[in-house]
Amino acid sequence: MSNKDISRRDFLKTTGIATGTLIGGGLIGGLIGFNSKKTTAPTKSSNTNTNKTAETSEGKMFFTTDKDFNILAAATERIFPKDDLGPGAMELGVPYFIDRQLAGQYGSNSKEYMQGPFGKGEPTQGYQSRLTRAEIFIQGVQTLESEAQKRYKKSFTDITDKERDVILTALQKDEVKMKGVTAGFFFSLLRSATIEGAYSDPLYGGNRNMEGWRMKGFPGHQMSYINVIEKEGFQKIEPRSLGMH
Amino acid sequence: MVKTMPKVDVVTVGVGWTGGIVAAECTKAGLKVVGLERGKDRGTANFANVHDEYRYAIRYELMQDLSKETVTFRNNRKQQALPMRQLGSFLLGEGLGGAGTHWNGQTYRFLPYDFELKTMTEKKYGKNFLGKDYQILDWGLTYDEVEPYFDKFEKTAGISGEENPLGPKRSDNYPNKPMKKTPLLKKFETASKKLGYHPYMIPSANLSAPYKNPYGQTINACQYCGFCERFGCEYGAKATPEVAVIPTALKSGKYEIRFNSNVVKVLTKGDKATGVKYIDTVTGEEYIQPADIVVLTSYMMNNAKLLMVSNIGTMYNPETGKGTLGRNYCYQIMPGATGFFDEQFNTFMGAGALGNCFDDFNGDNFDHSKLGFIHGANIALTQLGNRPIGNNPTHSDTPLWGAEWKKDSIMNYTRSLSVGGQGASIPYKENFLTLDPKYKDAYGVPLLQVNYDFTDQDKKLHKFISAKCGEVLKEMGAKKVEIRAELTNYNIVPYQSTHNTGGTVMSKTPEEGVVNNYLQHWDCENLFAVGAGAFANNSGYNPTDTVGALAFRCTEGIIKYSKKGGSLV
Repeated sequence: MSNKDISRRDFLKTTGIATGTLIGGGLIGGLIGFNSKKTTAPTKSSNTNTNKTAETSEGKMFFTTDKDFNILAAATERIFPKDDLGPGAMELGVPYFIDRQLAGQYGSNSKEYMQGPFGKGEPTQGYQSRLTRAEIFIQGVQTLESEAQKRYKKSFTDITDKERDVILTALQKDEVKMKGVTAGFFFSLLRSATIEGAYSDPLYGGNRNMEGWRMKGFPGHQMSYINVIEKEGFQKIEPRSLGMH
Repeated sequence: MVKTMPKVDVVTVGVGWTGGIVAAECTKAGLKVVGLERGKDRGTANFANVHDEYRYAIRYELMQDLSKETVTFRNNRKQQALPMRQLGSFLLGEGLGGAGTHWNGQTYRFLPYDFELKTMTEKKYGKNFLGKDYQILDWGLTYDEVEPYFDKFEKTAGISGEENPLGPKRSDNYPNKPMKKTPLLKKFETASKKLGYHPYMIPSANLSAPYKNPYGQTINACQYCGFCERFGCEYGAKATPEVAVIPTALKSGKYEIRFNSNVVKVLTKGDKATGVKYIDTVTGEEYIQPADIVVLTSYMMNNAKLLMVSNIGTMYNPETGKGTLGRNYCYQIMPGATGFFDEQFNTFMGAGALGNCFDDFNGDNFDHSKLGFIHGANIALTQLGNRPIGNNPTHSDTPLWGAEWKKDSIMNYTRSLSVGGQGASIPYKENFLTLDPKYKDAYGVPLLQVNYDFTDQDKKLHKFISAKCGEVLKEMGAKKVEIRAELTNYNIVPYQSTHNTGGTVMSKTPEEGVVNNYLQHWDCENLFAVGAGAFANNSGYNPTDTVGALAFRCTEGIIKYSKKGGSLV
């Protein structure tokens, strides 16, 4: 963070909002205007920041083999492919995002009710698998691979995009068997996680360089729109991430 | 060994809006109050990093930890009820402020029609318009009787709004002017007026100006940052319990909040409550908190569950229609339409209660005699601040993934608008709450079981209102309008609304409901249960204004009771 920027934390501290000692009148309005104007152009410091983090963001904390990881990566790229609008899942770092998520709370379903007995249930009753997301993803990735071997005698990473889509569609439609969970459920998890990786704050390892946000026209973390929300016409605002405080 | 704490005048179970209001008012009246909150302490200072969609909106940072407790669910009695293993359809709160911390702040008054649903429906449409399986009730309290409490809550929360042209009479204006009318809202307003409707700005708890409430608490001015629903406000600009009422109670010196305190039972002796038993979730130790008055101020689900596991009142039986505890569980019907435009809108800016709406098809503001359903919906266009993970609007014939999906969802993120209704939910015989016979929470207490499905009434209402939403979008100039698909079975997976109501309904007589019109339990005079559980039906609006109003009503009852005892009605 450059010294010139008023950091968000300092901002809250100096205005007293964080401690609740000050009432938000003209002072705050003025500061916010100042701050949000400052954020409309990309700053040099933001670019250096992202390059620096890229060096350290490619380790794996969940997957134990490159093979499984590369299968996951190839699948996410088919869900969110690179096109003329901008990068796809791989360039955005989505596989790394998913790898980190699977290593943490998300992967172990630690905030979810995981007590048995486990019934099959109706679709309207939602998630009823005894498996955690981490277990489902590993099995799901291996299912993608075994389907590729079965259908095309090649690895999922070596088949064509079209062939990958055939397999992913078969999973989506529940035409492939998995253990303890349906293929359709794995597919819906994979789809959601891919979108989450493309559009979450870069601090999670995806949405690299905020390219996901830029593609979509979402300015990320802005402190305020109070000075622009009444303006006619679309406001193009350079995105900011939480790490740029 | 269970440890018994020193006795207090009032103990509340849960510290959100209702617990906060009870505490602020009772301490003002000189009563000593303890609030037991199963979650942790939190407030404005904790929200400095809140602009994080993934953490707060997708992974539910502020919501209930379901590994400890959830509910089970089935659509009907033939199915096996199974646990809601992850959050979806509704988002249960936890921690100081409860769901009042991460609410949007849309603050409507329920209609006179809601409070006298049975009498007014029968008067106009005859005795059996919907059929006997729809268990409509009067609340035992009229709009005119609730009006002063609405006024009190709106002043406490600093609601920013303007008069609803079709609304019931008010004793005073909203304490603050409405929020900014953005180009999007103007577009909706113009189209609605052209169609002959009566639009107005949504009454908002995101404040249009800094405000000091009657308790002396300051609520700041909203910055329209677009992170409101599912988030806490880093500016203290959203009226929440921890900003608007709890500091007042704490300042009195007569209030203590005990965090990580999960109440498992209401204790009784004869026909009175003696206190509650709770577990310190950090140490696992059990405590008894004796009190002269016990007030259930947790979410409606947990209020109902605590009465059930404590064996207080008569369980509702869907076979016979007898019994009251668990009856009239209602939800919210979500009709609407999406319009696709060529121009780009600032859909990412906004606030939780920024919107324009009309009530021409809400309540009994239109004739239902040939429609086969009653009530309706408030129809609105909101500008909440659409975030990119949760908002991927596509045409209905676009595939769910791949190149086409990517292009369509990115294009329409800023080029599509939704007009939606919040449909009223009418009580039905088979929609009820009970205790699950199989599944338990982390403390060995049975889970609450939700039995719920959409009814014919719901389906007709949904279809009717969705079509109206589509007409507004067409008038707004959408090049293509897609009406929401017709309702089938209720599904607990996709998010719909955290407006669950009923189960501990208020009523004119003990045969019809669980609490009287002071929210005092019919069978246990020093026990009160306050919240949306008391609603005999849900309206075509967000519930919080009515929840807040009932909390003030309840507190008046508690204070009266503390002096005289006995039944308040």
